[in-house]
Amino acid sequence: MNNRGMIIAGIIIFLCLITFPIWYNVVGGKAAYTPELKIVSKEKQCVESTKYMRSQHMQLLNDWRNSVVREDKRTYTALDGKKYDMSLSNTCLNCHSNKADFCDKCHNYLEVTPTCWNCHVVPEENKL
Amino acid sequence: MKIDRRGFLKIGGLGILGVAVKPVIDVVSKAKLAEASSKKGVLVEKRLAMVVNLKNCKEGCTDCIAACHGVHNVPDIANPKDEVKWIWTESYENAFPDQEHRFIGGGMKGSPAILLCNHCDNPSCVRVCPTKATFKREDGIVMMDYHRCIGCRFCMAACPYGSRSFNWRDPRPFIKKVNPEFPTRTKGVVEKCNFCEERLAKGLIPACVESCKNKALVFGNVEDPNSEVREILRSNYTIRRKPGLGTGPQIYYIV
Amino acid sequence: MFEKALIGSKKYWGLAIGLLAIMGVGAIFYLQQWNYGLGITGMSRDVSWGLYIAQFTFLVGVAASAVMVVLPYYLHNYKAFGRITILGEFVAVASVIMCLVFIIADLGQPTRALNIVLYPTPSSILFWDMIVLNGYLLLNILIGWNVLASERKSVPPPAWVKPLIYISIPWAVSIHTVTAFIYAGLPGRGFWLTAIMAPRFLASAFAGGPALLILLSLIIRRFTKFDPGKDAIQNLGKIVAYAMSINVFFILLEIFTVFYSQIPEHMHHFEYIFAGLGEHGKLVPWMWASVSLAVVSLILLVNPITRRRESILALACVIVFFSLWIEKGFVLVVTGFIPSPLGRVFEYTPTVPEIFITLGIWAMGFLILAILYKIAIAVKEEIEA
Repeated sequence: MNNRGMIIAGIIIFLCLITFPIWYNVVGGKAAYTPELKIVSKEKQCVESTKYMRSQHMQLLNDWRNSVVREDKRTYTALDGKKYDMSLSNTCLNCHSNKADFCDKCHNYLEVTPTCWNCHVVPEENKL
Repeated sequence: MKIDRRGFLKIGGLGILGVAVKPVIDVVSKAKLAEASSKKGVLVEKRLAMVVNLKNCKEGCTDCIAACHGVHNVPDIANPKDEVKWIWTESYENAFPDQEHRFIGGGMKGSPAILLCNHCDNPSCVRVCPTKATFKREDGIVMMDYHRCIGCRFCMAACPYGSRSFNWRDPRPFIKKVNPEFPTRTKGVVEKCNFCEERLAKGLIPACVESCKNKALVFGNVEDPNSEVREILRSNYTIRRKPGLGTGPQIYYIV
Repeated sequence: MFEKALIGSKKYWGLAIGLLAIMGVGAIFYLQQWNYGLGITGMSRDVSWGLYIAQFTFLVGVAASAVMVVLPYYLHNYKAFGRITILGEFVAVASVIMCLVFIIADLGQPTRALNIVLYPTPSSILFWDMIVLNGYLLLNILIGWNVLASERKSVPPPAWVKPLIYISIPWAVSIHTVTAFIYAGLPGRGFWLTAIMAPRFLASAFAGGPALLILLSLIIRRFTKFDPGKDAIQNLGKIVAYAMSINVFFILLEIFTVFYSQIPEHMHHFEYIFAGLGEHGKLVPWMWASVSLAVVSLILLVNPITRRRESILALACVIVFFSLWIEKGFVLVVTGFIPSPLGRVFEYTPTVPEIFITLGIWAMGFLILAILYKIAIAVKEEIEA
C-alpha cells in the first residue's frame, strides 16, 4: 500500500484541528487562567462552607426551588443550625449583590449559561 | 443447572429491564395513592377560597388588577393575541354564559365581573399537565412551577375558564416597573394567578383583596366554620362559574 | 442495506437536495421562533394550538397506513399486500417522526422536552401519547428493517419479529385512540367533547393513510422497476372507500347530535365553521371545500367503474387526502378554541414563518420517506432481477 503518506498526513491534520483550542490559548497567552471572584458580602459566612458552595451551589439552588415552589417549605436549616429564607433573589443576591463579578465571571469562564436570570430579577442598584 | 454465556446474558438483560421498569411502576402506584387520599370525605384542614361580591365592585375601578399585576410582574401587552392576565374583567354574560337571558336585571347586564383562576377542587389543568408543572397544593392552591413548564399549552386547552396565559414572547420589555422580590416569567411558559401564595407565606392576604377598598373581595379558609368567607357564604346566595363541568371552582360570586 | 440510499439517479439526488433546501428555509425560520418565542406564529391566548398541533394530529392518522396493509397480510394471509407492507411501515416511520418533530416545534420550552420522561405523569394523555408514538416508531423500524433484510437474503424473518408484528396492529389503533383522548377529555371544549372522537380519528386515518399509500405506489411504479401490484392498489382503494364513508357518516352523527340537541356550547363551534359567527368566518370556505371534496371523493370511490380506473382512483385519493387534511389537519384543532370559553371569537391565521416551519418539517418527513423507499425498492429490484 502506498497510501501511507496520505494517511499519516490526514491523521496529523486531524490532530492539529482537534487540539486547536489548546494551541490557540497557549499562543494567545490565555492558557489556564483562573477567574478572580470579587466577593462583596455583608456576612462573613455563606449558608454552607465555601468548598461546598463552590461545587454544589447549583444542586442547593435546585433543592431550594423545589422545596419552595412545590412543597411550600421556605426555611433552610444550614449545617451549623442557622436558618435562612430560601430565595435566590432575596437571600443569595442580598449578599452577592455583584452578579457581574460574582456569578457571571465564573459562568463565562466555564461557558455555562444558567437560565436563572431569565426570570429572577437582579437587584436594580447593582445591575450592569 | 448449567448456564451458558447466552443464557447468562438473557437473565442479566431481564434484570436490567426490571430495574428500568421499577421507577415507572413506583410512579403509577404513587399516583394511585394520591388519587385515593384526595377522595371526597377525607378531612381537609385548609381549603383556600374567595368570595367576589359583584354588588360591591365599582365599575371602572381596576385597583385589584393593578395591585395583582404590579406585585407579580405581569406584563402589560396591549394586543389580545399575546396578552397575559391573572385577574381581569369580563362582561357578566360572558363570565356566566349559563346564567344569560334577555331580562338580566339588578344592573348585571353587561356589567363587568372580576375573573381569576378558580383554584378548582378538581382541576382539569392539573390532570392534563404532562410534567406536573402545574399541581394542586394541600391547601387547594393550583400552583405553577415555571421551572418545569415545557410550554405545551395542554393546560390552556383544558381550562374551561380561560384563566391561563402563555408567554408568546419575552414579557420583560412590557413590565413597566419590576417588583424585584418576585420573579418575572420567561418566554415559552404558561402562567396564571397563584392566590398570592408568596404573600400568604409571609402572613399577608392576597394583593387583590388588600387593594379593594369596597370589600368586594374576601379571601379565607372555607374549611374553618368561623372564617369570614364561611360567614359570607352562609348569609348570602352565591353562584360559581360553570359548576356543571365538575371542576369544583373555589371562587364564589354574589350577584 | 443503508448503502442503497447512497447510490441513486440524478432524479433521486435532485429530490433529496430540493427537500433539504426546503428544510433549510424551515430551519432558518425556526431559529427566528427559537429567539423570539412562539409569538411569531398566529397562535394567541384564545387559540393556543394551531398549525403545528393540527399537523401532528393529521400525521398520526397517516401513520395508520401501515396497519391497513399489515393486518390483511399477516392476519388474513392476503398475499397481494405482502409486496407493499414495507411501504406502509416506512410511511408510518416517516410520519411518526414528523409527529414528534411537530410537537417539539410547538413547545414553548423545547429544551425542557425531556421533563415528560423525567417527571412521568400517568394522568396526562400527552404522557401516554409520547409512549405510544415512540413505541409505534420503534416497532415499525424494527419490523420494516428486519423483514426487508431477510427478504434480501431470501430467508424467513427472525422468529422474534412475528410477535412484534402482531403487537403493532393494536398498537396502531392505540396511537389514534390516545391522540383523540388529548381532545376528547377536556371539559369546556364542546367541539372536542365527543365520545366518537377516537372512532372518527381511526376512520379518517384508515382513509387518509391508504390513500397516500396508493399514490406512493403509483409513483413508485412509474419511476422504478418495482411494481406494487394492481391487486394491492385496487384493494387499498376499497379500504379507502369504506373508511371515507364511515368518516363522513361519523361527521354527520356529530352534526345531528349538536344541532338537534341545540346545546349552545357545542353548536357555536359548528356554526363557526359552516356559517361563521358574526363577521368572523375565515374557516367557512375551507370547511365547505373539505365537505365538497369529501362528497366528490365518495362518488369516485364508491362507484366501482370509476374506482377501477387507476387514473381516477389516483385523483380520488388526492381529493381524499386534501379533504381530510383540511378537516383534521387544520379545522379540527383550531375550531376547538373558537369561540373561546369566554365567548370571544378570536380568529387564527398561520403566519409566514409558521407555514415555512411546517413545510420544512413536511420536507424532512418526505426526505426520510424517500431514503427509506430508496432502500426498500433497491432491495426489491435486486431480488426480482
